Amino acid sequence: MAEKRIMLGNDAIARGAYEAGVKVSSAYPGTPSTEISEFLAKYDEVYTEWAPNEKVALEVAAGSCIAGVRSMACMKHVGLNVASDPLYTLAYTGVNAGLVVVVADDPGLASSQNEQDTRMIARSAHLPCVEPSDSNEAKEYFKFAMELSEKYDTPVIFRTTTKLSHSQSIVELGDRVTPEDKVYERSVPKYVMMPGSAIGRHVVVEKREDQMAIDASSFSINKVEYNDKKIGFITSGIPYQYVKEACPEASVLKLGVVNPLPKALIEEFCKNVETVYVFEELEPVIEEQVRSWGISVKGKECFTKQGEYSANMLKKVLVGCAGCNFEKAQTPARPPILCPGCPHRSTFSVLNKLKIHAAGDIGCYTLGAVAPLNVIDTTICMGSSISLLHGMEKAKGKDYIKNWVATIGDSTFLHTGVNSLINMVYNKSTATVMILDNRTTGMTGHQEHAATGKTLKGEDTYAIDLAELCKSIGVPNVITVDAFDVKEMERVIKESVASDILTVIIAKAPCALLKGLKFTSKCYVDTEKCKKCGMCMKIGCPAMTKNEDGTVRIDETMCNGCGLCKNYCKFGAINTKEI
Amino acid sequence: MNIMIVGVGGQGTLLTSRIIGKTALAGGYDVKLSEVHGMAQRGGSVVTFVRFGEKVFEPVCEEGTVDVLISFERLEALRYAHFLKPNGVMIVNDTRIDPMTVVIGAAKYPENIIEYLEKTHKLHKIDAGKIAKELGNSKVLNTVVLGLAAKYIGFDKDAWVSVLQATVPPKTIEINTKAFEKGYEA
Repeated sequence: MAEKRIMLGNDAIARGAYEAGVKVSSAYPGTPSTEISEFLAKYDEVYTEWAPNEKVALEVAAGSCIAGVRSMACMKHVGLNVASDPLYTLAYTGVNAGLVVVVADDPGLASSQNEQDTRMIARSAHLPCVEPSDSNEAKEYFKFAMELSEKYDTPVIFRTTTKLSHSQSIVELGDRVTPEDKVYERSVPKYVMMPGSAIGRHVVVEKREDQMAIDASSFSINKVEYNDKKIGFITSGIPYQYVKEACPEASVLKLGVVNPLPKALIEEFCKNVETVYVFEELEPVIEEQVRSWGISVKGKECFTKQGEYSANMLKKVLVGCAGCNFEKAQTPARPPILCPGCPHRSTFSVLNKLKIHAAGDIGCYTLGAVAPLNVIDTTICMGSSISLLHGMEKAKGKDYIKNWVATIGDSTFLHTGVNSLINMVYNKSTATVMILDNRTTGMTGHQEHAATGKTLKGEDTYAIDLAELCKSIGVPNVITVDAFDVKEMERVIKESVASDILTVIIAKAPCALLKGLKFTSKCYVDTEKCKKCGMCMKIGCPAMTKNEDGTVRIDETMCNGCGLCKNYCKFGAINTKEI
Repeated sequence: MNIMIVGVGGQGTLLTSRIIGKTALAGGYDVKLSEVHGMAQRGGSVVTFVRFGEKVFEPVCEEGTVDVLISFERLEALRYAHFLKPNGVMIVNDTRIDPMTVVIGAAKYPENIIEYLEKTHKLHKIDAGKIAKELGNSKVLNTVVLGLAAKYIGFDKDAWVSVLQATVPPKTIEINTKAFEKGYEA
C-alpha cells in the first residue's frame, strides 16, 4: 500500500511537481507560496533556485521548458504581476515540455498588500487554471496540470490559496515519472514573438482555449456530485470543503479546472438542479461567465468579494443566523510586531527621533508604519519605496524630501529596488535611500538571496556586495553603518538628507531570527535607577513591559540582548549581562 | 474532534498542532490542520486548528464547535473562548505577554482572566514556562502544554510519545519527553 502522510498543501504541491517529473523550478519567496520551493529543494532529482524576482523565475522556467524538460515557476499572487510580461506572451509561444506556473492567492490578506484573484489573470491571458481543494488533490492535480500543459501546448496556472497552502491533510505518495526530454526544434513562428509570428500564434491561442472549453466537460477533475437536486453549488478549491461541511445534502459541481469553464457540464448541472449557488472566494469569475450564458445563478449578492469564506458563513446565508452568533470577549488587539533584537527597530527608532518620513517597501519593516515607531508613510509593492521617493522629489523639488528617506530590505532591493535606484542615478536624484540589510528574506521565513552567499539548495555561491553594486551603477555616496550603532546612524542620516547628493545608507545587522545566530547577552533593568519616564518603551520592544509601580521590566526569555533600549535610558537604569 | 491552539507568534504552537495531527493520523483518522505563516507570525495572535474524525472537510473550526482549546497565553484564551463548545475544555498556559497595544498604553490588559473564564468553562491551567525552566530549557514549554492537552484529547500515552520523539530534533528527544510527562501528570 502506498505510504500515507499528513502534508502541508505546499509540501503536497512540491511532491506533485516531483512525481510529475519536474526537472527545473525557479521562484521568488512570497507568502503563502514560499514553502513549495523549500520542500521541492529537498528532492535531489529537481534543480530548484531562488530567482531575484518572479519575472526572472518565470523566464528561467520558460527557457528550461523550451529546452525540453518539465518545468515550473512559483510565486504569490502579486508576484504574478511582476511575471505577467513573460506570462502573457508565453501563452502565445506555448511550451515544448510542460510548464506549470504555481500562483498562491491570499484571500483574507494573511500576509499581502492586496486580494487580487489570479483566475482573472488566467482568463485575460487565455491560460488554463487548475485549482485543488486539499493536499492530496494538490499533488494529483499538479500532475494533471503538467499533462494538460503538454497536451494543449500551453503554460498552465496552478492556483492555490492561503488556506490550502497552509493547511495539512492526508496524502498518498506516488512514484516519480521520468518522461524523456522533449527534442528542441528551432521554430521562429512559435518562439520568436515578433508581430508576424504573434499574429499567427494569437489565432492558435483562441482556438486552443475554445477546444479546451469543450473538452473541459469531460476532464476527470471537473466532477458532479448529485444529491438533493433542490439546491446545488458550483465551486472549486477550499470553498468546496465549506460547502461539504455546511450542506452535505446539496448537489455539487466541483471544478478542478476553473479556466476555461466546462460550459456543457455547467449547463447540464443547472438544468438538473433547482437553485444553483456559485460559491467562489474573491471575484465573481465563474458567476459572471455562467450568467453571460443566460443561466440564472445566485452568487455575489449573497457572498462577499472579500476575505476567506467559511462553512458558518454559508449556513448563515442559507438558514439564517439561529445558533450561529457567539459572544466575543472584549480584548485588546495583538497585531504583529518587530521581534526583540530586530535591527529594523534600531533604524526606525533613529528615524522616529529625527522626525523623518519613510517611503516604505514590502517586508517585516512595513511594521515600522505602526505605533510606537510611526516612521513609514507609504507601502505599495516590491521595490516601490525608491521610485516613490523619486516621484516626490520630482513633484516638489529637492527641499521637499529633506525629511524623507526610502527604506527597503536587502532581498526587496535585489528584487526590483535596484531598477528604481538606477532611475534615481540617471535622473539626478538627491534622495537618501536606506537599504535595511539583515542578510535574509525575513518576512517569508528566511530565504537565501543573491547577496547571502548561499543557494536554495544550501550550496556556497558568490554573494553580491550591495555597496559595490550601488557604487557601480553610479550612486555617488554609499555609506555602510551598523544598524545598532544609533549615534553613527543618526549622524549619517542627518548629513545625507541635508545634502544634495544621492546617498545610499546600508544599515547592516542580521535578522534576530537568523539560524546560527548566537546571542551572548541579555538586558535587565536596575529598578532602583528606573525613573519610570517610559522613554525606553518608545522603541516598542515586545520584551519590555511595565511593572505595577511603573518601573520597566525586561522579559528574560524574550530579550535578545541587542541593547537598543540602553540608548534610550538617560539614567543608566538598563544594563546588559553576559549569558 | 475539534482542537484549536492559540498563542503568540513564536511560542511554538505550530509544532504542537503538528504532533496532534500526526498522532490522530497514526490512530487511523482522517485529519486536517490549518496553520498561520508569514506576517502574523511576528509576535501577533496566532491560531491553528486540528480536526480529526471519520471524514473531515473544512480545515478550520467554526465558533462554538471546539472540544479542546489550548491557549499558550491568558489573553489569547479570552480572545478565542467563544470558539469552545458549551462542554469543551480549555487548557491555559498561565502566563501574560503584553500586546503592543498594551505596552504603548493604548489598551489595558484585562484583569483576572482565569477567574472569569473558570466561571463559564471547564479550565485546566498550567505554568508551563516555569516547568520548562526547571527542566533546563524554557523552549519546551509547548511540549509541557501538549502533555496536559493530550489527556483531554485521548489516545494512548505511548502513541503520543512515539510521535513526539519522531518529530522533535534528535538532540531534544530526552528533554521533550520529560516535558511531555510533566504536562501529562499535571
